[in-house]
Amino acid sequence: MSRKLLLNNVHVEGIHTYDVYRKTGGYAAVEKALKSMTPEEVVEEVKKSGLRGRGGAGFPTGMKWSFIAKPEGVPRHFLCNADESEPGTFKDRYLMEKIPHLLIEGMILSSFALGCEQSYIYIRGEYMYVLRILEKAIAEAYQNGWLGKNIKGSGFNLDLSVSPGAGAYICGEETALIESLEGKRGNPRMKPPFPAIQGLWQRPTVVNNVETICAVVPIVNEGGEAYAGVGIGRSTGTKLISAGGNINKPGVYEIEMGISVEEFIYGDQYCGGIKNGKKLKACVPGGSSVPILPHYLVCKTAEGTDRLMSYESLAEGGFATGSMLGSGGFIVYDEDQCIVRNTWNFSRFYHHESCGQCSPCREGTGWMEKVLHRLEYGHGKIEDIDLLWDIQRKIEGNTICPLGDAAAWPVAAAIRHFREEFEWHVKEPNACTTRNYGLVTEKVFEKVNA
Amino acid sequence: MSEQIQQIKVTIDDQTIMVDPGTTILSAARQIGGNVVPPAMCFYSSLKGSGGKCRTCLVEVAAGSEKDPRPMPKLVASCSTTVMDGMIVKNKSSERVLDARKGVVELLLINHPLDCPVCDQAGECSLQDLAFEHGASHSRYEFERREFDQIDIGEYIKLHMTRCILCYRCVYTANQLTDNREHGVLKRGDASEIGTFIENSLDNEFIGNVIDVCPVGALTDRTFRFRSRVWYTKPMDASCSCGKCSGNAVVWMIGNEIARVTARKDKYGEVKEFICNDCRFNKKELSDWKIEGPRHIDRHSVISANHYEKAAPIHTPLLNKA
Repeated sequence: MSRKLLLNNVHVEGIHTYDVYRKTGGYAAVEKALKSMTPEEVVEEVKKSGLRGRGGAGFPTGMKWSFIAKPEGVPRHFLCNADESEPGTFKDRYLMEKIPHLLIEGMILSSFALGCEQSYIYIRGEYMYVLRILEKAIAEAYQNGWLGKNIKGSGFNLDLSVSPGAGAYICGEETALIESLEGKRGNPRMKPPFPAIQGLWQRPTVVNNVETICAVVPIVNEGGEAYAGVGIGRSTGTKLISAGGNINKPGVYEIEMGISVEEFIYGDQYCGGIKNGKKLKACVPGGSSVPILPHYLVCKTAEGTDRLMSYESLAEGGFATGSMLGSGGFIVYDEDQCIVRNTWNFSRFYHHESCGQCSPCREGTGWMEKVLHRLEYGHGKIEDIDLLWDIQRKIEGNTICPLGDAAAWPVAAAIRHFREEFEWHVKEPNACTTRNYGLVTEKVFEKVNA
Repeated sequence: MSEQIQQIKVTIDDQTIMVDPGTTILSAARQIGGNVVPPAMCFYSSLKGSGGKCRTCLVEVAAGSEKDPRPMPKLVASCSTTVMDGMIVKNKSSERVLDARKGVVELLLINHPLDCPVCDQAGECSLQDLAFEHGASHSRYEFERREFDQIDIGEYIKLHMTRCILCYRCVYTANQLTDNREHGVLKRGDASEIGTFIENSLDNEFIGNVIDVCPVGALTDRTFRFRSRVWYTKPMDASCSCGKCSGNAVVWMIGNEIARVTARKDKYGEVKEFICNDCRFNKKELSDWKIEGPRHIDRHSVISANHYEKAAPIHTPLLNKA
């Protein structure tokens, strides 16, 4: 059993209440930090821990914190990005629903480290019931003196509130989140200036993912070096993976970084293998926006070494033969799934969620969706595949925010690895509406058996 | 003062210029002028916050600065990227840029109705110019285009949302020139539309300027709609005494009649002196205006093609003396 740092006590009865959370050692990190540490020391511990952003990009958190501008007399803000809307990712919801106080504790620590006196949790509108859980927990924290003025006599003040979005995926992008929190339309801002210089209300701001903030708690408790001891290489600590798709045991798993992908998919304590004894066809390891991996690249890299659950190993081979850890939305496809349909589905999502601000993404996502729809329903042409490739290439990298990339990557990877299946949809227009490619041919699996 | 500012060096398409720190690549390119200037559909120098949206001004930065000569991995929007000392920018000399720009033009056009033959903007449309210079000869888009109903927003302005490329210029104009924020962008993605939410009219004294800032024919002047193609009208610089604005405008004449009035645009299609609605929509008599002389039309060759300008260019020293 690998080590757990966040979900240790998740199954304790009543852990969502303050009393139980406190009894299981909760708020010890805040006590420790406020009594015996300076804000700089907390930042230093986070730097030592090597913690990387868990929202998708994997940027070192300590470094992000050290970028924050500290002009005299200007308040700073710390924001929690709980706008988790990536298809396939549901780890933050689990954390907030089960142990809301862990997030609050992390928020207090992070705000203390950055010297912020007003912090916000920006939660997606669909998580309204989670918002109520959080608000209850925040009220409890206020009652017990963990929030408010002069927390536990340390002289540190912090106000924390939860603010719901209106259900837009784009508001998970940090500058769009800030715009939305300011009450405006959630359009991403141009960078620079980065939020660390001019963020919420033009003040220096740091935005972190829920899981990143929660991870600060064990870092302060056990020290940065101890945290860095868990995991592998530059992927330190543990990561929550939301596993879904055709597996026996879907759910949220906390894994130590560096276990092999094979163990994760087939291991009994994790996904427990492919459902109904079927074969693995493909896997999206980090939420819908990362490139899909065909079965022969899931457990092994192109070089033939074992693929591990870590930022580096999953990205090995670049986009040609690798993918990304992303936000940890682990989607597994068995042999019967249709990749074209899946790509169309993802594409439909990005079309729906594009904010419409910059032209490549606004127009391109809709175009890709239409072409994919045509292919999936047997009206496609063979040139459509190259057309799709061309459209995604015109979007990727040319947009203001990463949503354009996120829309382009899955399409690119699907064509790169499953071109045959796309061609089959064109060649067999009648068959492709009634059967899936996997049910027709065993060809895909030749490589794995060889 | 000016000597104290340390000017910095920037090279665009092998042409070097010294500019003030904080200048954007686009404005540095405009200072050089000529062929190195990237096209801009959404950027408007006098509107704060504009730019970055259309992505037609993407350029390649081959060297970030003197100190850090690494190239930037992505193409950057030249309208919102500030120059660094020793930066080397590639615009038309970069295949990557031309390819990306071609892509952007194609994407901008997939939902554009291409109804230029009946569009009032034809002849002075930035999207026409852009597509002519950078676009492909045909579109690969085979689906239905986005369509909206035409709306009259106020007595003078027609909103033809189908033609809109969502540059947000009119939104910034309304926000920054007029007292009330009256319209904005509704909905999301390719369904987003410019709107007044509950179909209010736009009736601010300066709201007519949204027509001038619109790069396409989405916002047109209802007093001029379908009266004439712009290249059949004669543009004349004219001025009037107006209490609200500078009174400097261009009147577009058919014979001795004033067909329409617009503000004066520079060669990048930008208005420096915005005019009020009174001047634009109500002063349609010759007696209202003092005619200064023919308007020099720079980029829009269609308009200047049939005109007297070739015979007597306005910038000759002879005329300037007079």
